[in-house]
Amino acid sequence: MPGPFIDDAQIAHARTLAEEIVNPIFDLIRRNTTVSIERTVLRFFGISGAGARGVPLANLMVDKLKAAGVLNRGAAYWYGRALQLGAKSPLEAVERLTALPTDKLGPLSPEVEQNLRAEVRAEARSALEDMKSRLAARDALRQQFPMSPAPHKYVIVATGNIYDDVDQARAAAQAGADVIAVIRSTAQSLLDYVPHGATTEGYGGTYATQENFRIMREALDEESRKLKRYIQLTNYSSGLCMSEIAFCAAYEKLDMLLNDAMYGILFRDINMRRTFIDQYFSRRICALAGIIINTGEDNYITTADAYDAAHTVIASQFINECFAKRAGLKDWQLGIGHSYEIDPYRDDTLLLELSQAMLVRRCFPDAPLKYMPPTKHKETDIFFSHAYDVMADLVAIWTKQGIQLLGMMTEAMHTPLLADRFVALKSANYIHRAARGIDEEFTVREDGKIANRAREVFGQAMKLLQECRDEGMVAAIGKGHFGDVKREETGGKGLDGVMEKAPDYFNPFLEILEAT
Amino acid sequence: MVKPSKQIIRPYGDRRDDGVVQLSFTLPVPLSEKAKEAAAVFTKKMGFSDVKVAAAERAADNYTFFIVYARSGMYLDYAEIDVPEVVVKKMSFDDLNAFIKEKVGRRIVVFGACTGTDTHTVGIDAILNMKGYAGDYGLERYPGFEAFNLGSQVPNEDLIKKAVAKKADAILVSQVVTQRDVHKDNSRQFIDAAKAAGIHGKVQLLLGGPRVDHKLALELGFDAGFGPGTKPSDVANYIVHALLKKEGKEPKDAHYQGEPT
Repeated sequence: MPGPFIDDAQIAHARTLAEEIVNPIFDLIRRNTTVSIERTVLRFFGISGAGARGVPLANLMVDKLKAAGVLNRGAAYWYGRALQLGAKSPLEAVERLTALPTDKLGPLSPEVEQNLRAEVRAEARSALEDMKSRLAARDALRQQFPMSPAPHKYVIVATGNIYDDVDQARAAAQAGADVIAVIRSTAQSLLDYVPHGATTEGYGGTYATQENFRIMREALDEESRKLKRYIQLTNYSSGLCMSEIAFCAAYEKLDMLLNDAMYGILFRDINMRRTFIDQYFSRRICALAGIIINTGEDNYITTADAYDAAHTVIASQFINECFAKRAGLKDWQLGIGHSYEIDPYRDDTLLLELSQAMLVRRCFPDAPLKYMPPTKHKETDIFFSHAYDVMADLVAIWTKQGIQLLGMMTEAMHTPLLADRFVALKSANYIHRAARGIDEEFTVREDGKIANRAREVFGQAMKLLQECRDEGMVAAIGKGHFGDVKREETGGKGLDGVMEKAPDYFNPFLEILEAT
Repeated sequence: MVKPSKQIIRPYGDRRDDGVVQLSFTLPVPLSEKAKEAAAVFTKKMGFSDVKVAAAERAADNYTFFIVYARSGMYLDYAEIDVPEVVVKKMSFDDLNAFIKEKVGRRIVVFGACTGTDTHTVGIDAILNMKGYAGDYGLERYPGFEAFNLGSQVPNEDLIKKAVAKKADAILVSQVVTQRDVHKDNSRQFIDAAKAAGIHGKVQLLLGGPRVDHKLALELGFDAGFGPGTKPSDVANYIVHALLKKEGKEPKDAHYQGEPT
């Protein structure tokens, strides 16, 4: 631990403020559900196929229920009704339900109603047990082939074709990568459905589909056995399908997900209410599945200036942490995001970056943390760019980051060449090996530049948290406090997919997950 | 015109005309002596001599990464290189923001939407949203712009009304659906509405979409058109130059890299 810099009491106060900021949003979360949450419920029951023209069955069914104005009772309830009508399989349930005018489905006697719920609850429990046993297989493999020590070196593949991604991911693992991220196709986060099946065409990335997850995890399982070192897989639970992606990822045994309580609002203009409600259920699933989430505060300082906006990162991290804890996530699952983004032509940037990373470490001592490399000020001079990345490698090992996305020397140019990943991995391995334990050897003076800067940033973060508490989170986002982006509560995409729960709303998964 | 005299040049390694270049590449074979020789042969096939395979690294089981130094016998006459002077180079994210700050002195207000019945926001999102497209940041991310993305199925009149209320400098209309030329009809209707609102010729009106080109946009009455493959930075550069021209801070006939043609 490089330094206290800040009193424990002050850090505890930051957490109290975050609690108070998040509290009112939980009223919203409790009162409402979304089309995406209801589709997730159906996916849990095994409705994962697609109908004509590739429309997912979960969408067909939820859209039908929404059009009939009855989705507010919960898709699980209607799934139960379909079973009661004699459906033998989930597919048949969808067919029966979507074929039937909903007004024909009148109220049931209280007794029948109770039985129906009990049956559906039992089925939900067995679906969750099934998922847990799949995850147990993942955890056994992790135990059999332990991972390298942290920072876990994280690299990205993004060919658009899942089979090409597999080749690149295997090569990266062989070169020393610990975590593989498959970048999604551009703007997938704005699709209000999860595409179906294996895909070989994407723009700027590969579609996140359950089948693509399965294909990649299977390849990495094989690679883990070969290398005798477990290789983690991550994807993106963001946008309009946060909880559906979380389900697909959990089912296919992924290890991490990018999952942020506010990223979609700020950077993809997804409606605020939709995002807050969706993130909660998605995080409940991550909590159950032992998935490590990666938050997206690094994005703030690609828009705002990294020096001036450093405190917004810290404030947002406390808020993200609070949302996560309230959804049942444990410290070890919090890949709190931040990055090395200060303009390299300033003076003292290594000190400033160390200060910021040490401050994050100080605030979140038990979280793995997710460290992102320079991107904003990257240059096409690959030799300079490489040296720049190496400094981030040093800060990562010095501040004991759990997960480090490695910078690519061709960052400002193109998606990484196979050799770019190799070069980044080789030098990160060198720096990590060379400097491991450096934090134990050097104490940071409490009256120096690093500590003073950390106190300054923390002080500003506290002010911002106070303001968010006094004015409310919605107003704070409306003023552009995070990432310089302003959003309105009723603006953005996906608000029409939010609905108030009926008094007899039924979601057995939420019940069970919240009780765990 | 007098032809300039010859100026023969070659790459400079550590002395004049040694022709030394450095290369790096990957071959899809496992690391071995044979792989190294293959790298040397490949380099020679490209016309290089004095090939030195400086590094051969196992990048993965079946891939070897090479760093090679070699000499090239090629030379050229620098006097014969003819590059028309680019009037203004396309500016990067940081340069453009600094340029806006200096020349415009305020944030440029931009509104965008998919208007009419079009529900496909992928185009307007790629240009305006933070995230941008293919690593090129959207206008929302530029401190120099204040960008408003109203989304899809926005009536033309609404877009214009909201843009006028915020004194927009530019309005972006995205049209993705093109069945039965619906994009042209809707675009004409937009221009009519812009004329009715008295902003035609005053506010920059830009049209974008997969079936749009600059010529079509001009025909329909827009100031510029952007077709497939347009990056947010292309639109950003255009808006800044067009604004400066309008304000008389840049000559009307100034040309710059990447302008719509």
